[in-house]
Amino acid sequence: MTMNKSQVKGEKHVLSSILPAFQRNLRIAGTLLSVYYAYMVEYRAELLLWVLSGSLPIILMGLWVEAARSGQFGLTSVDFARYFLAAFIARQFTVVWVIWEFEREIVEGRLSFRLLQPLNPIWHHFASHAAERLARLPFAFGLIVLFFLLYPQAFWLPSPTTLALFMVVIILAFALRFLMQYTLAMFAFWIERASALEQFWFLFYLFLSGLVAPLEVFPPLVREIVLWTPFPYLIYFPASLLVGLPVNLGKSLLVIVIWTVLFFLAYRWLWRRGLRQYSGMGA
Amino acid sequence: MSAILVENLSKTYPVAVKEPGLKGTVMHFFQRTYRQVKAVQDISFQIAPGEVVGFLGANGAGKTTTLKMLTGLIHPSAGRVEVAGHIPFQRKPAFLKKITLVMGQKQQLIWDLPAMDSLRINAAVYGIRDRKFRDRIGELTEMLALEGKLTQPVRKLSLGERMKAELLAALIHQPQILFLDEPTLGLDVNAQVSVREFLREYNQRYQATILLTSHYMADITALCPRVLVIHQGQLVYDGNLERLVDRFAPCREITVELANSYPSDKLSLYGDLEALDGQSVRFLVPQENLTRTVARILAELEVLDLAVSEPPIEEIIGRVLKAGVVS
Repeated sequence: MTMNKSQVKGEKHVLSSILPAFQRNLRIAGTLLSVYYAYMVEYRAELLLWVLSGSLPIILMGLWVEAARSGQFGLTSVDFARYFLAAFIARQFTVVWVIWEFEREIVEGRLSFRLLQPLNPIWHHFASHAAERLARLPFAFGLIVLFFLLYPQAFWLPSPTTLALFMVVIILAFALRFLMQYTLAMFAFWIERASALEQFWFLFYLFLSGLVAPLEVFPPLVREIVLWTPFPYLIYFPASLLVGLPVNLGKSLLVIVIWTVLFFLAYRWLWRRGLRQYSGMGA
Repeated sequence: MSAILVENLSKTYPVAVKEPGLKGTVMHFFQRTYRQVKAVQDISFQIAPGEVVGFLGANGAGKTTTLKMLTGLIHPSAGRVEVAGHIPFQRKPAFLKKITLVMGQKQQLIWDLPAMDSLRINAAVYGIRDRKFRDRIGELTEMLALEGKLTQPVRKLSLGERMKAELLAALIHQPQILFLDEPTLGLDVNAQVSVREFLREYNQRYQATILLTSHYMADITALCPRVLVIHQGQLVYDGNLERLVDRFAPCREITVELANSYPSDKLSLYGDLEALDGQSVRFLVPQENLTRTVARILAELEVLDLAVSEPPIEEIIGRVLKAGVVS
């Protein structure tokens, strides 16, 4: 293949404009992460409480482990124990509270400062969530170790491939969960308390995500329908993957991608309309 | 080319109206009624690069709404705005890098971290290289006398230091156009003076354009040769600050310390009696009668002390606003 001079020049030009933009974005990401990490570490005591507040799966684990001893659910006690521990881990990675932050920024007019800067405000929120993950990790890890000490028969070690796949899936799940809530947060441009939407939405999340019970215990038809909604991919799918329950990897990834794209488009649409509505209250 | 160009700009907000009491609350719940509030009506002006302009008006006159439209935060209902050759609401990076908005009653710095952390974010977002970042921090900390303060958590700073740190954060990308909404709000006199001095120096050093609102007239008189006066959303005066003073206050204020008390009806023969507190009296006297009145006061009353001054600009603005539209 041969290229003429102008083609070569063109490619160089593209490269020379992409590279600085890439470096610049990398620097923004690094700075945001390091500053928000410092910010999160300011709240050491609170972090532990936040980690503990996510221990609903551990409580439910107790219930299901007992239930599995006497009933037929297709999963053994140890399966349930592992599943809920994995659900706990998945939840630690995917906890999102951006709607409350965004709502406050709108109500107090603090969004104005973000809008004045040449960076979409979503990155501030995304980075602060990501940094919080890093800060919360040691606490969550401590709890996992404690769990295995108390319940050694549930101990298992996923293969490196499974672990790597889990990491990819959990990042996708986090991105989806974040976008879902951020999309709802856009309604703060029109209504005073957008977080009420999230409270309502949370009901579906609670039951359909696999947080209260693994989808294995649902009737088959219900399960089929639920698997087309975004919810099970936030907890159930990553947790099942981690403990080695059967999952349809290809279909799951496809559904995640479809919902992520849909929520992204919805967010962009609402964001553009919302900004026309924004009045910068109190500022 | 002007730095700021505003033509027939208007902004109308819908505001929900609620009657007081339970009945009003119930009605408000089921059927919300809205009233259209004209925050800014059909204003036009231009500001040249490097100018420092004061933006005056009572609370709720439309100053902040105008600033928000000029910085692209809110979308105008009608009219045209151009700032640094850009349409603000599009919020293009090239535009955002040229402007800044300082809001005295709001803060952008992260409360629990040192200001330096927030500044690092700004440096990355605006794409300021490390070397340049350090130089600018050095220069601005010196101009603002903030040495050693940027590494303390923001919550540990005094109000004045915090305001100055806010200014530093707002100026780290060296904007050409500064919009300042009450930048000295709540500061003590010393801090006010230093912020004012800093703004003057920034304007001179970088030929920056500044549009400033303030409740402290000293800020305006010290910095702004030109003022815009806005009243109920309309621009009622655009011009020289001194001429505004001359037009509305061709008066002088005479403050007298008397040896004895006199009844107020006797004192009011000398001029508009503004204040009477025991033996100290303040008159407002038309400028052409000044010499004659002073001579009469000195001749007819027993005077311990007498001073002549310009009336405070707050009063002049109050008069402009009372008079309504000024040509």
